[in-house]
This record gives sequence, C-alpha cells and structure tokens, in this order.
Amino acid sequence: MDYALLIEWTLKSLILLLVLLGGFAYLTLYERKALARIQVRIGPNRAGPWGILQPVADGIKLIFKEEFTPASADKLLFFLAPLITVVPALVIAAVVPWGPPVEIFGRRVTLQVADLNVGVLYVMAIASISVYGIVLAGWASNNKYAMLGGMRSSAQMISYELALGLAFVTAILLADSMQLSEIVAAQRNVWFVVLQPVGAAIFLIATLAEVNRAPFDMPEAEQELTAGYHTEYSGMKFALFFMAEYDKMIVVSALAASLFFGGYWGPGVERFPWLGPVYMAIKVIILLFGMIWVRATLPRIRYDRLMSLGWKVLFPLALAVAFITALGILLEQLWLVPLLSLLAAFLTSLLVTRAIWRKVYA
Amino acid sequence: MLLEYVAIAILIALATFIALAAVLMGELFGPKRRTAVKAEPYESGMRPIGPGTRRMPVRFYLIAMLFILFDIEVVFLLPWAVAFRQLGVFGLVEMLIFIAILLVGYFYAWRKGALEWE
Repeated sequence: MDYALLIEWTLKSLILLLVLLGGFAYLTLYERKALARIQVRIGPNRAGPWGILQPVADGIKLIFKEEFTPASADKLLFFLAPLITVVPALVIAAVVPWGPPVEIFGRRVTLQVADLNVGVLYVMAIASISVYGIVLAGWASNNKYAMLGGMRSSAQMISYELALGLAFVTAILLADSMQLSEIVAAQRNVWFVVLQPVGAAIFLIATLAEVNRAPFDMPEAEQELTAGYHTEYSGMKFALFFMAEYDKMIVVSALAASLFFGGYWGPGVERFPWLGPVYMAIKVIILLFGMIWVRATLPRIRYDRLMSLGWKVLFPLALAVAFITALGILLEQLWLVPLLSLLAAFLTSLLVTRAIWRKVYA
Repeated sequence: MLLEYVAIAILIALATFIALAAVLMGELFGPKRRTAVKAEPYESGMRPIGPGTRRMPVRFYLIAMLFILFDIEVVFLLPWAVAFRQLGVFGLVEMLIFIAILLVGYFYAWRKGALEWE
C-alpha cells in the first residue's frame, strides 16, 4: 500500500461527497422549479438570478434555527438517528462508476471510490442500514406521530426491498457479475433496459418506495401524521433527514442508470473517456426529472394498497422476471427475455385490474 | 481486492465528519430558548395524553418476519445469479425447487391473510 493510493481515495471520497452535497442543494431547487412549472407557477426566483441562491439561503436559515430536543425523548438516539440515516445515503454511492477509467499524471484512475466485486450486495447492505435511522428517529422522539411514521416507513422500506433485490438479480444475470463496473461495461452495445424492460420498471417503482417519495410517501402523509418520523426534528438535524432523502434520490438514479440505462456509455465515450461522467450526469438528471414528474402527477396510495402492491404484485412479478431472464440466458435466446417479461407484466396487470373491478362491483 | 474497503472506510469517516459538523454547527449558531411547553411532544397544539411510544399493531412484526424469510431467499439468488452461466440447467432446476418450497410458504401466508391490512 502506498501513500499515493491513500491520497487518491481521499480525494475521490471528497469529490463524491461534495458532488452529493451540491447535488442535494440544487436538487431541492430543481424539484421546486420543476413542480412549479408543472403547476403553472414560477417557483423560487427571489434569491439571486432565477433563484439559484435559494439553496444557500435555505441552508443558512437552517443553521440559525434552534436545535431542539423534546424533554421526553431518548437524548442519545435522538441525536444519532439523523446521522445513521444520512451516512448510508452518502456512502452507497461509493460503488457507482461515473466514467470509464482515465489516465491522470500517468496513473490509471477508476472514476468510482471503490470497485468492489460484491458491489450490488454492498448497495443492498448499506441501503438497509438507513431503515435503522428512520425507525430509531420515530422511536426516540417519543411522539405518537413520529412512532407511527417510523413504523410505517420501515415496514414499507423492507417490503419493497424484496422486489428491489430481485430487480438487481435480473441485472446480475444479464451481466454475469456483481461488480458495478462490469455491469456497466456489459452494456456497451445493448442497454439492459432493452433486454429487461420489466426489471427496470420494477427497479424504478421499488426505489421510489425505498426513498419514500410520492406516490409512496405514506410515512410522511402530512394530513394524518404531520411529518412522520421527523416531526420532532428541527434545524440541522431536520436538514440531515432531508439531505438523506434527496441524496438517496440521486444515488438510486445513478444506480438505475448504471444497472439498466447503460451507465456512462454514450456516443464517443470510447475515444473521449471524459464524456462518461457527462452522459452519466445527463441520465441522472433525466431520471430525477421522472421522479419529480411522478410526484406532481400521481396522488398518494393508501397504505394497505401500498403494502399489497409490494407483496402481492411486485414481488411475484419480479421473481417470475428473474426466472424468465435465467431461462433466456440458458437457451441463449436473449430476444425471448423482453418478450416473455412484458407478457408476464401484462398478465399481472390484467389480474390486478380484475381483482380491483371485483372489489368495486362486489 | 480487500484493499478497496479502506477507500470505503475513508468515505464513511468523511461522511460521518460532515454530518457531525452540520449538527454541531446548528448547535453552535442556533438560539437556545428552552421552555417547558416547547419541550412537550408535538401533537398539533394539544396536550399529549399518555406515553408517546405505545404498543404497535402486530402486523408490523409479521411483515418484518416475512421480510426476513424472503430476503434470505433474495440473498441466495444473488450468488446464484453470478454463477448461473457455469451452473447451467442444474442451477435453474435447483433454484426452481428452492423457490417452489418457499412459494408454498408465501401462498400460505397470503391465504392466512398475513399480507392484508385492514
């Protein structure tokens, strides 16, 4: 082990963290602007030209707010919960490759913090840790709303983790590797979304539920639970929960891009490796816009239906899709995979429609 | 390969530092005007009745138990997916049998109403 390597890792970690922090700040502005446009408003436009200083103003305001702990709260856990939530959200991104390896000062540098050979497993493991932060926040607040929000949130997150894990399995099967850099490299000619559109769709739906975004934002349904698990939080601790949510949005978009939408591949990347991060950023921004669009369009799902969707629809469908992918690879007829998967998705939606109609006209 | 985890450790340390610094900055610059009423749990302006942490519906525990069962299944699928091209037909049949056994439990839980929320 040499010092150059240590410096390289520290620099890459710092850059990643700065990108995520800046990304969080400007994602809030991006979301507010996009939502405003969809609702025929203008959005924040007072702080700086086109409101570009709005995140700075918000941040400064939050720093000067009172850090507040309820008297009946569990002091230590109340302090730790936001940290346990935000650190995994920042750390998941370590395995995402932002571009092909490049040469800097004669060193071959990979544009990811750590190229683990169990990358996908790492993502699943770290993503599960933030559930602890949320359930602890709910419990430590000693508040009924926070408790219910925390419980709902954790139940929802673990339910959708099954479908999410199975969507990972389809990508692993197609790439024949758990290493994210190899999964991206395998998509040089064909993106996995073409081979496995249903797997990609399941991944996108499950990640929406995983980051507690609308229409799956039950845990913070403000009409019934005020703000859910972070009801009692104020100031920077509240900001950390907010940061965790938005950084997770960025990270799952980057993961979706790497697993199904070709990662850093795009025209001209072979000749100019520096184009890789640009394509990656464009894909992430487009996927983030999708998330914001969904929030603006769809109403919130009722909690019982949300759990049914996760357990009774997405989980069996994802299992079927994983086996269809395996079958296609075994028979070496990859064109069968999208065909059969779409058929399975169509059959599932037919069954769901029938079940709903039966309930309505019972 | 294990050396890569040092990079992750560095990242975790830096992320923890940033999060801690943010909270401490808030503690440092924020006003501290504590009152007894402010320290009560928030309940839309009403005086809270009873403790904040109560008994939870058993369904949450049920979901957590089912999750552990099926999550282990997913974790088994991950190495299977990596080794699938070497395993071939044997791998597919083997995993189908494994999943079939678990699916019996899944449909039992479904029939028993463990997946229903009133």
